[in-house]
Amino acid sequence: MNQLAEIISRNEDRIRTQWIDGMSKSVQRADLITKAELDEQCSAILTAIVAGLKSSGPADLMGGVAGAGWDSARETFQSISASRARQGFSTVEVATYVLSLKQPIFAAIRGTFKGNQDELFETIWAASELLDRLALVTTEAYMTTREELILRQQQELLELSTPVVKLWDGILALPIIGTLDSARTQMVMENLLQTVVATNSKFAIIDITGVPTVDTLVAQHLLKTITAARLMGAECIISGVRPQIAQTIVHLGINLEDVVTKAKLSDAFALALDRSGRYVARKSTAPPKANPVSALFERREE
Amino acid sequence: MERIPVLRMGPLLLVTIQVDMHDKLALQLQDDITQRISELGSTGVLIDISSLEIVDSFIGRMLANIAAMSRVLGAEAVVVGMQPAVAITLVELGMSLPGVRTALSVEAGMELLIGAISNAAHGSEDEYSQT
Repeated sequence: MNQLAEIISRNEDRIRTQWIDGMSKSVQRADLITKAELDEQCSAILTAIVAGLKSSGPADLMGGVAGAGWDSARETFQSISASRARQGFSTVEVATYVLSLKQPIFAAIRGTFKGNQDELFETIWAASELLDRLALVTTEAYMTTREELILRQQQELLELSTPVVKLWDGILALPIIGTLDSARTQMVMENLLQTVVATNSKFAIIDITGVPTVDTLVAQHLLKTITAARLMGAECIISGVRPQIAQTIVHLGINLEDVVTKAKLSDAFALALDRSGRYVARKSTAPPKANPVSALFERREE
Repeated sequence: MERIPVLRMGPLLLVTIQVDMHDKLALQLQDDITQRISELGSTGVLIDISSLEIVDSFIGRMLANIAAMSRVLGAEAVVVGMQPAVAITLVELGMSLPGVRTALSVEAGMELLIGAISNAAHGSEDEYSQT
């Protein structure tokens, strides 16, 4: 296969120019990558291919680009496609980027073996196979980078979306935003219980205004959290139940009878204050109202 | 033989579990508590499990049983200071310990017990309104 390496290195400049030209017609994204950057990447790839071909024999080539001689080439491809994944190229664009190298290389081979049909076919077949495998390596690296990106974002979302806030001495609030799945429930539960211990809070208000739908699974997860909190001696109140969600809960036959539910966070907060023996009063010189409940209603009617 | 002490505080019994519970110890504790309640005529039992870090379904059932037995003997039981990990484990094991009163700290548990006892003394029917 040294012949192929020779052909490529001899015609490197021409191949590169044709390659970039071909790409500019189809998939070059001038908005994502500059011409100079692209030029640099292309020449790095060509150098890596030549180095790979020179160091590995034909056997290695037939075994794909898994041979030891292809390590540096593989690294080059992986780093390039990883950077492309982060820049926002699509899968097709990344795959076509490598595959569009075929035409200029074939042209160079054809120029070398004019008239020698057998040699021409052999070399073109070898080059075609090599480029296909390189395209696969590139696409795989692109996918891996994308998956890592998604995983990291999921993790960040998980951490961001479960804050526990202290509303009052002994009263916590836990606004849940997004759907509750098993992994999130675990996180929410641990977060809540640890904060309950740390702040010695008797009441925890779980606000589900930001939960789009409540099905049996979500309800089960909520009940688990509430039971765990109860075992530790804290009381949970669910708030932010929207009319549609109330309807769904009843239609699905979910039993929330042992749980206190309120329509609004403010209602739940008022209840928690009331149960902990406090009430909110208007600032005035007059002595506070005797009945804490009526004082609360008066304040809310303003 | 290893034993968990059951302390008397006026009308109440105070039990703090400071070691890892194994099955024999739990059974012994159950015997001791029921024995002491009937001996002293206690009206409340406070079980502090804030040092308990490992729990299995047997221990969970034991806690529920002790609470139920105390109630049969006329004493209110309250479990205080359960660790988050223990609570999560019990929930995952499907044990929600219904009927067991809980509190965050010994102090809160005492308050709960004294409230429950005075409620009972005044002949209130609404014993479980707080849980």
